[in-house]
Amino acid sequence: MHIHRFEKIWLIIGGAIVVIFIVSLFISTFAMGMQPPSIRETIDPKVVDQTPPFDKPGLKQIGDKRYEADMTAFVFGYGPAQMEVPAGSTVTFRVTSKDVVHGFEIPGTDVNLMAVPGLVNEATQTFNKPGEYLILCNEYCGAGHQLMSAKLIVK
Amino acid sequence: MATETRVDRKTSKLSLAYILVAFTAFGLAAICGVLQGMDRGGAVTMPTWLGYYQILTAHGVLMGLVFTTFFIVGFLFAGIARTTGGSLTPAGARMGWIGYWLMVIGTAMDVVTILTNNATVLYTFYAPMKASPYFYIGATLLIVGSWVAGWGMFHCFQTWRKNNPGQRTPLIAFTAVATMVLWQLATLGVAAEALLQLIPWSFGWVDKINVVLSRTLFWFFGHPLVYFWLLPAYICWYTIMPKIVGGKVFSDAITRMVFVLFVLISTPIGFHHQLMEPGISEKWKFLHVGLTMAIALPSMITAFMLFATFESVGRAKGASGLFGWFKKLPWGDARFFSLFLAMLWFIPAGIGGIINASNQLNAVVHNTVWVTGHFHLTVGTAVAMTFFAISYWLIPHLTGRKLTKTANDIGKLQGVLWSIGMIFMSGSMHILGLLGGPRRTAGTTYGDDPTALSWMPLHKLTMIGGIILFIAAVIQVSLVFYLAFKAPKGEEEFPVGEVAEEAQETPRILERWKIWVTLAVVLILIGYGIPITDMIQNPPPGVEGIRTW
Repeated sequence: MHIHRFEKIWLIIGGAIVVIFIVSLFISTFAMGMQPPSIRETIDPKVVDQTPPFDKPGLKQIGDKRYEADMTAFVFGYGPAQMEVPAGSTVTFRVTSKDVVHGFEIPGTDVNLMAVPGLVNEATQTFNKPGEYLILCNEYCGAGHQLMSAKLIVK
Repeated sequence: MATETRVDRKTSKLSLAYILVAFTAFGLAAICGVLQGMDRGGAVTMPTWLGYYQILTAHGVLMGLVFTTFFIVGFLFAGIARTTGGSLTPAGARMGWIGYWLMVIGTAMDVVTILTNNATVLYTFYAPMKASPYFYIGATLLIVGSWVAGWGMFHCFQTWRKNNPGQRTPLIAFTAVATMVLWQLATLGVAAEALLQLIPWSFGWVDKINVVLSRTLFWFFGHPLVYFWLLPAYICWYTIMPKIVGGKVFSDAITRMVFVLFVLISTPIGFHHQLMEPGISEKWKFLHVGLTMAIALPSMITAFMLFATFESVGRAKGASGLFGWFKKLPWGDARFFSLFLAMLWFIPAGIGGIINASNQLNAVVHNTVWVTGHFHLTVGTAVAMTFFAISYWLIPHLTGRKLTKTANDIGKLQGVLWSIGMIFMSGSMHILGLLGGPRRTAGTTYGDDPTALSWMPLHKLTMIGGIILFIAAVIQVSLVFYLAFKAPKGEEEFPVGEVAEEAQETPRILERWKIWVTLAVVLILIGYGIPITDMIQNPPPGVEGIRTW
């Protein structure tokens, strides 16, 4: 098939850009470990309140300045609604939903995940700057979706 | 030279019936859209009997599914008739009407369930939010209707091939078939979700649903859906635009190759919509991200072809210098002007798409209003404005009327207003999204949270853009009905570009649909076979339905 000379040049440049994109995504995903949240840990959404650790949602210190935040998402809020950690802490959020699909996003950070009933999802973030961080639901979950939020206070 | 082929009266009636439903839905959706912008901007608060999420559902369903599908089917039927001798085969036309009525009934069921607040689940209808079963049945009928219409198109195409052995098939007919092949493959996912999961579950015949599977089947369809919107715009850009600007189709072979590439790689990429959710391994997510990047290539080819057409037309008209051709384009012609704006908008739209699909960058923008801004540039501008530009000549062609000078100028004004509105609306949505503003959320400040309060100026800009867009939408709908029923009688051309003489013979293999469909199915099996099998064999705990609105 005949392809115009300029078009060949354009396609080679374009193809090279696409290859660079894919290679850099591959490196950051598999070599640098920046993977999207993909864990496959299941939980029965009907008995979240009786299943540890989500029966007592909240912060757990798991190391020096390292915390695990076990959280539940439900219509229309999160448990717990407020948490406090010292500046410089690294927090692993482990989130599950008790009913419908919810979002879990902290604006200004890379924490952004889907809380899907039946599964647990996870994201880790280090908070160096003190302040109040808003946690909000970014997946439509019903009439009170716009009210669904929580707070993380970094001291 | 023989006189130009016209679309015959029977086909015109069919095509016009589709297009008028499309623009009626568009008008209603625009009212919902402006109300949302005003709610989030703080100018109005939705009354209790008409919720924000209810009009958001109506906006999404009417714009994303009804407007696009009806317009596309109407346009493609006209295009096939125009390039295969002026008429459809009787069987093809019959399937066209059966498809039309199925789609109308489906749409009516969806509109009624949404208006009665029994289906406030947005156009993605994510389980386990449980809508009325009649909402899912309506959506299914809409899709099945479009299948029947597609079979009608395949019938016309095959009949032409049988009657013209050894000849190259007409380019518009070929690309129309490619679009409907893509659509039939893509909608298998959502049809399976509706028939096997949502409908039995919403009727209460089964109590629990496999949520991850339902989301995966949805996005199996949900991303190729955007190429189903895009390809008809590409048909216009590749095959109709050259005639409007007074040039030739740059390359028949490459045009066909681009459409075949879309059929091949549009479906196995849906996981890039599910990057932030659990239950799918990162390796499968990565495969889909890689394929999503690959689909940038046919769009790069498109960019080259369009500008090659522009430049060769300009040079043929005596333009000199590197960019002299730019001035030679028919800027006074609304059929071209709006089309050109649409193409221009597709550049930032495409770049945004690559950002969304990247598995790390997605963490920043996932489910933020950036995404909403993105698809208002792609489908809401590049695609919709192309459809507007098509309506300026297609509707008068179908009704035997004329695009008057005034109508032409109003069309251009519409294009300018739509672009300005999008600069405000989509522009501020992109910025707002980068700051973390969520999508699909009614006006809120999260209890006067400082972060959320700092977003208010951008919400106001979004609202201003929305109001400008609403005015442009009113102009567009008025123009459509003027051109259909009130414009003076006359002749309006259905422009079809000829292939440039120096372009070489098209390889026959590009027309062998069996090969391409088989390859597409193989790619789909690679991309979805194992993960879907795994979701069915090792399902997460099932979830009961709930109504949360």
